[in-house]
Amino acid sequence: MKMKNVKNKITIQNLITYAIVIAFWVFIQIWSMAGHMTNLLNGLLVPICTYVILAISLNLTVGILGELSLGHAGFMCVGAFSGAFFTKAMADAIPSVGVRFAIAILIGAAVAALCGFLIGIPVLRLKGDYLAIVTLAFGEIIKNLINVLYVGKDSQGFHFSMKDAASLNLEGDGEVIIKGAQGITGTPKASTFTIGIILVLIALFIILNLIHSRTGRAIMAIRDNRIAAESVGINITKYKLLAFTVSASIAGVAGVLYAHNLSSLAATPKNFGYNMSIMILVFVVLGGIGNIRGSIISAVILTALPELLRGLNNYRMLIYAIVLIAMMLFNSAPKAIEMRERMLEAIKGKKRKEAA
Amino acid sequence: MAMLEVKNLSISFGGLKAVDDFHITIEKGQLYGLIGPNGAGKTTVFNLLTGVYKPDSGSIELDGRNITGKKTIDINQAGVARTFQNIRLFKDLSVLDNVKVGLHNHHPYSTLEGILRMPRYFQVEKAMNEQALELLKVFDLDQEADFKASNLPYGKQRKLEIARALATEPKLLLLDEPAAGMNPNETKELMDTIGFVQEHFDMTILLIEHDMKLVSGICEKLTVLNFGQVLTEGNTSDVLNNPQVIKAYLGE
Repeated sequence: MKMKNVKNKITIQNLITYAIVIAFWVFIQIWSMAGHMTNLLNGLLVPICTYVILAISLNLTVGILGELSLGHAGFMCVGAFSGAFFTKAMADAIPSVGVRFAIAILIGAAVAALCGFLIGIPVLRLKGDYLAIVTLAFGEIIKNLINVLYVGKDSQGFHFSMKDAASLNLEGDGEVIIKGAQGITGTPKASTFTIGIILVLIALFIILNLIHSRTGRAIMAIRDNRIAAESVGINITKYKLLAFTVSASIAGVAGVLYAHNLSSLAATPKNFGYNMSIMILVFVVLGGIGNIRGSIISAVILTALPELLRGLNNYRMLIYAIVLIAMMLFNSAPKAIEMRERMLEAIKGKKRKEAA
Repeated sequence: MAMLEVKNLSISFGGLKAVDDFHITIEKGQLYGLIGPNGAGKTTVFNLLTGVYKPDSGSIELDGRNITGKKTIDINQAGVARTFQNIRLFKDLSVLDNVKVGLHNHHPYSTLEGILRMPRYFQVEKAMNEQALELLKVFDLDQEADFKASNLPYGKQRKLEIARALATEPKLLLLDEPAAGMNPNETKELMDTIGFVQEHFDMTILLIEHDMKLVSGICEKLTVLNFGQVLTEGNTSDVLNNPQVIKAYLGE
């Protein structure tokens, strides 16, 4: 009897998380129908979905697996480029943008998963600060490799080069798809807010169900005590790699969504560099490490805030920083938690009195 | 055939011979004690038996199967489970989930079945919950099933560690100082629990302990370790009255 309650509690918590995402979608739909959406806000919707997916996928590595990864933007970058490359290269073969985009998402997820797996093998042998720094390095390597990559297509098939477009030796009918530092231009703008929300829901479904399953328990057991997990027969390497790969794969999906929201995609330090990795980490830490719902909320607020504060010009980043510090304190300072609990109790007490 | 047969087991760290020519034979269903002064190498023996360290020489046979130098997880699957001197629980998981991690290898379903919530997920999880709760009931922990493990009182954390070890369905249970940090009442209760486990699960148990009341109360046989070597072995009362043991360990 008691056990059922616990299980239902988890199910209810998960349903609330899904409900928040759907409510956000409904709210935006109504808001825009009422004609309140500005161009600025409209342009923010797909990035918000992208960052939410990135934040919850990183939370799988940081919160559930317990390893600090600073290379998450690298996996996003891989997903973005492989997805956009597919949409561009298959423009003739598959005319429907929707179908191409759907397949691109799968390809982005698969390529990012492969990268996560390959990078995970050496990286997950390390712990703590060392792991963080090596993931940071791998993230930069991915970004810089893509920056010098040239890929072209002609009647002969695909051509690759790391030097320049001329050395691809394309035939007359050829077309350069990835132009080194210029990246990919002319990807169809297929990402919409609705698709973004659907992807957020799918990512949530995968991560929440993974956490509350046999596999998730094994991953969290490794996080809590590696030696004890090994002593009860948990395969440490397998589950660490699995969590890291799933996390990378979902970041790849976010990358595809991001790429199809821009007409030209280039790997710059701003979008795929360590700044981005650290920003995603800020979402996760602020939302609460291991708290998936918290990641969603903090990603939305911290993505929207700087844009909404644009009117304040120079004070914008100052206010952003102050909000960040205040939220951090409110979320994790012991005194603040105490105060929050007291407030919650007071509200609950009032309700009980009213009911009585 | 003996449940555990260890011969000529040795390991050194740098120049120090931590365990030197160690041997032990434990029959099925026996409750065996490993005692010795601090630093004698008792926990090192446990770490050798569970594959945390690989021995330099010697052989370990479990129920007729050679497990020398195997990996920790393989040794666990062969049938050796342990608890730790300093409690190592999965502190942020619930009490129930701690035991369910122990059941991990006996109730398999794939990760995909878990993510997609296929029928097998529900079947296996239900069976796991039932078995875990049953095990918790044995240790009188079923009321705390949904507590966070780190919120349990100390004595119950020790019990939970034993429950988790038993969830892996071992043939041999290794207990590393189960009574450390317990008051006399808790120790008394623990003695009953260990005796009960031996009987109820028909378990072979090897334990390290400093509490002589516990050792003389429940252990059938003892091996005394001193400076990494076996000082003496035999029936509990004989060993505890051995003048050499009294000199080395209990004080003159």
